[in-house]
This record gives sequence, C-alpha cells and structure tokens, in this order.
Amino acid sequence: MIWLYAFVTAALFGCGLYMVLSRNVVRVLLGLSLGATAVNLMIFQTGRIQTAQPPLIRQGASQLGESADPLPQALILTAIVIGFALTVMLAALALRTYSDRNTLVIDRDGPAERLGNAFAGSESDDR
Amino acid sequence: MIADLIAVAGEAADVATSGVAVWPVIIPLGAAAITLLVRRHPRVQRAVMEAAVLLMLIASVSLLVYVARGRVAGMAFGGWSAPFGVTFVADRLGAALSTVTGLVAMAVTIYARAEIRARRRRAGFDPIFLAMFASVNGAFLTGDIFNLYVWFELMLIAAMGLMTIDRRPAQVDGAIRYGAMSILGATFILIGTGLLYAETGTLDMASISAMLAGRTPSVTLTASAYLLFTGFALKAGLFPFFFWLPASYHTAPISASAALAGLLTKVGFYAALRVFVVVFHAVDGPAVAGLYPLFVFVATTTMVLSVFAAIAQVDVRRLMAYHIICQVAYMMLGLALLSLIGVGAAIFYMWHSMLVQAGLFLGAGAVGRATGSFDLRRAGGLMRERPLTAALFAMLALSLSGIPPFSGFWAKFLVIDAAFRFGHIWLGVTALVVGFLTVYSMSRVWTDAFWRSLPRERRRTRRVPPAMVGGLALLAACTFGIGIAVGPVSRFARAAAEQMLPTAAGVKAATSPLDVRVP
Repeated sequence: MIWLYAFVTAALFGCGLYMVLSRNVVRVLLGLSLGATAVNLMIFQTGRIQTAQPPLIRQGASQLGESADPLPQALILTAIVIGFALTVMLAALALRTYSDRNTLVIDRDGPAERLGNAFAGSESDDR
Repeated sequence: MIADLIAVAGEAADVATSGVAVWPVIIPLGAAAITLLVRRHPRVQRAVMEAAVLLMLIASVSLLVYVARGRVAGMAFGGWSAPFGVTFVADRLGAALSTVTGLVAMAVTIYARAEIRARRRRAGFDPIFLAMFASVNGAFLTGDIFNLYVWFELMLIAAMGLMTIDRRPAQVDGAIRYGAMSILGATFILIGTGLLYAETGTLDMASISAMLAGRTPSVTLTASAYLLFTGFALKAGLFPFFFWLPASYHTAPISASAALAGLLTKVGFYAALRVFVVVFHAVDGPAVAGLYPLFVFVATTTMVLSVFAAIAQVDVRRLMAYHIICQVAYMMLGLALLSLIGVGAAIFYMWHSMLVQAGLFLGAGAVGRATGSFDLRRAGGLMRERPLTAALFAMLALSLSGIPPFSGFWAKFLVIDAAFRFGHIWLGVTALVVGFLTVYSMSRVWTDAFWRSLPRERRRTRRVPPAMVGGLALLAACTFGIGIAVGPVSRFARAAAEQMLPTAAGVKAATSPLDVRVP
C-alpha cells in the first residue's frame, strides 16, 4: 500500500514540476496545484495510515497506541487552505494578465522584464 | 517517553512564558484589521498604520531588552507546550531581527507619507503592508518549523498584494513571476518539513534539535535538509534561483519594494540559518553530508554573478535588486564556514543588510522623484541641487560598498576575517574581489545620478519631499550608528550565535513519540 502511495506521490509531483516549466500561466498554476497535492499526500503518509482506530489515548496510558497520528492531517488542512489562497491569488493575476495583454504567456518579453531593462527597449517609467 | 521528550525540550532552551514574544506580531495584525475597517478614510487609515508601526517598534525593542541578558521569551499557544503545540520563542537573534524589522518599517512608513497617496491607500496599501510586517515578525519569532512555513506563505501573499497595488501590466507580470517561483519554493519547504516530521514526530525546532543531537543523519534527514535548502535558497534569492527577484521587485511602488528588499530575502536566509544551525546541527554535530561544498558553491556563484549583473544595469532599482542578491550571498558565505564565528558574522551582516538595502531602495526612489526617471542615463545633478539627499545616499552607498566607518565595512570585515581565519583563502579573496566590484557599481550610480550635471533635456531637479529624506535619514543614521557602536553590536551578534547552538552538547538523545507504542 505504501508503495502505491509513494508511486502516486512521485508521479503527481513529477507532472506538477513538468507543468511548472511551461510558459503558460494557467499551466504553471495547475502544475503548482498538482505539486501541492503530491506534497499533501506525502505528509499524509507520515502519519501511519494503515489503521482506522480513532486517535485517542487510553486512560492511564501515555502513548497513542496503534492508531494513526492526527497531526499530519491537521498540517494538510492548513496547507490546503494556504495553497487555496495562493492559487486564487495567482489565478486572479493570470486573469488580469489576460485582460490586459490578451495573452497567458509569461516570457522574456513581458512588461516586467522590459521595465528598466538595459538591453531591451527600455520603457520610460517617469513619475 | 513523552515525559522524557518534554524534559529534553525543556533543557534545550530555558524558555520563560512571557507575552512580550507575541506583541510584535499581534500589533500589526490587529492594526491591519482596523485599517481594513476604516478603508474609506485614507487619513484615518494612515494614522492607524503609523501608530501601529510605532507600537510594533516599541514592542520589538522591549522584547530585545527582555532577551538581552540571555533570557528567552516564549509563548505556547493554547497551553500546548513544546514538543506538541505551536510555540513562539524569542531569543537574541529573533528579537534583534524583529527590532531591525521595526526600524525598516518605521523608515518606510515615513517615506510612504510622501509616496503613497489616497488612491493606493483605498486600494488597500495599509492593511497589506501591516500584514507583511506581522508575517515577517512571525517568521523571526516562531519556534515551530511548520509555523515558519505558514508565515512564509502569508508574507508571499502580502508581497504579491503590495506589488500589484496599481494593477499595471508590469506589476501583474512581475507578481506572477515572483509568486509562481515562491510557491514552488514553499512546496519544497513543505516537503522538507514533512520528512522532518516523519523522522522526529515533532515540529518544534528546539525539540527536533535536542532529538537529533549527536545522531548521524539518516537518508530521510539528508533528503529533508536538501529540500529545505532548495526552498530557502529560492526565497532568499540565491543561485540558481535568483532570477525572479530582479524581474519583480522594481515594479512595485518604492515604499513597497524597499520593505521587500530589506526584509523578505533576509527571512529566507534567516530560515536557512535557523534550520541548519539549530535543527540539522550544521555547526556542532554530525552534519548532513555535502553541506559545505554546496553552501560554498551557492554563495560564491551567487556573489560573482549578481555583482556583474548589477554593473550591467541602467535602472537604479534593478541595480539595487541585484545588490540584494549579492548581499545575501555574503551572509551565505558566513553560514558556509559552518562555524560559530561564521554564523555570528552572518547574523551581523543580516542586520546591516536589512537596513542598508531598504535605505538604498528609498534612495533610488529619491533619485527617481528628483530627476523624474529611474534610468541612470537620464539622471544627474543631485549633488549640487539636493545636497542632503546626496549625503544620505552617499552614506548608504558607502556602507553597502564596505567603507568605514559604516556598518557595511564591519559586516564585510567579519565575514572575510572568518573566512581567512578558517583557512578558506579563496573564499576570502572572492569576497574581497566582489567587494571591489560593489564599490565600482556604487561609484557608477554616484557619478551618474549625483556627481555629473543633469542632461540637457531637463534643467533642474525636482524637490525631494521631507518625508522621503526623513526615511532615508533614519536608515543612514542606523548604519552609521552600528558602524560606530560596532563593539557591542558584534558582541551581541556573537552571543546570538552562541545562543542558537544547542547549549547542552551532551543532551541525551531522545526518541520520537511515534516510535514507542503501548505494550
């Protein structure tokens, strides 16, 4: 079982990294989300996922026993929330880029690279 | 066994529960909420923001006073103590960095009075600005590695918000470049953190440190160390991940980019410093294999490439952006020596660099305001017509170049001295050569923007508002002050480095709470 999870995690992360290498913002965005999912899956595995017992410590005991560790699940919840916020932010920026410049491609000729560039035609930025 | 773990964690850091540790975060965070409520009234909003920054600085200074004698202020949220809960731990390093953050915030806030008008304030400048300071302070003061990751992400969202405040195409483009790379970096940090948890069963840095003391690093730990370093290097702008920084920082308003320049990359480096020195025992223990060559390679390559890139720039903001990277590389060199003296030098360098980088970006803003352009080819005449601005800029530029009596000289001196002292002749020589090139780069800015007269098309420079000069003056005074009081400050940096190293080298190796099961 753990091997299957490991394989899925690796495959997802590989796909994510491949997509991040694209110049298209939406692909980058999807790639980052895939990567985040892979990481969440990996953290999930650090908490012993093979049992279905509730994570309650028996009275008088000082150890958790055989049940799964609940902390990684809490971590994943936090990571999902943060990842969601960042994805939405980046998606909003992608949308803005599309409405401004009618393209989703981020490359060396983008307005940020042209601004004050010594080698491209420098855009004036007088204030 | 859990009791054992708690005992070890308690021994590792003698932490007194005290509320002073959390105020530098709570004040700006609360004020951010208030500024959101009064968003329709830019004047009220500005007043709340300025009061909050002042209070935050006071809170940080009182924290610094609290920890100056070696006490550690801590706070366990929800009453869950060290190995289980999320803790805030303010030691010398964290408190001093928080104070420097307060100073940078103060200077930038003064400068923003002249630059940030009602339109940007209505767009939400103040709440985002305050949230960024809260997250920077949170990163400096947290004792929990997952919490550190959370602060990184908050910082990133705030920085993206500041960068796109005018919604111009260049800003949106820059923020996408910055955001995509930083999210990728955060993903690496998260994997590393997950592996660290898998190995130790806790996220509290002091507890992990105590648990791993004297233990040969396993494969999981090694993987975790390299993944974390990748993430932190990306956030700190080190080779080969620095290209996002000069592609994005110059698009923001100067007040925002000065704060980003002063604080954000340094948080990335701080995280690397804290995690490698405390958690992975890079200095005092059986360290993860291969760290030294990696650190040295990253530091020297970053340094050399970024200084040449800086020399090639004509936009003063871009030029300063490359110098940020170059400065982080010097700190990395201090860490790469993997010794107490090197870490102390890196800490001193971090304080100096936060103040001076923010100051130079404010200086770039003053150049832009006075000459109407950030392009050095069209600037000039500032020394004759704006002597005060010129003098303040000169102090900061001399400090960055490493000329006495400013803090930059001592910062470079400490790092290079440490390199020579441990026999790393080539590292020291590289740092010296890069230092000369920095002087060259700064002297070009000086000649173009200040010394020569204005090109024909514009007769006179414009007035630099007093608020802008005030912000510059505060940071110039700081770098001068550190340069004069170098003795106490460098001793404090050394003490901060000593405090970071797990005091009891003989702390018994603890086992993870995950390893033990009820019989």
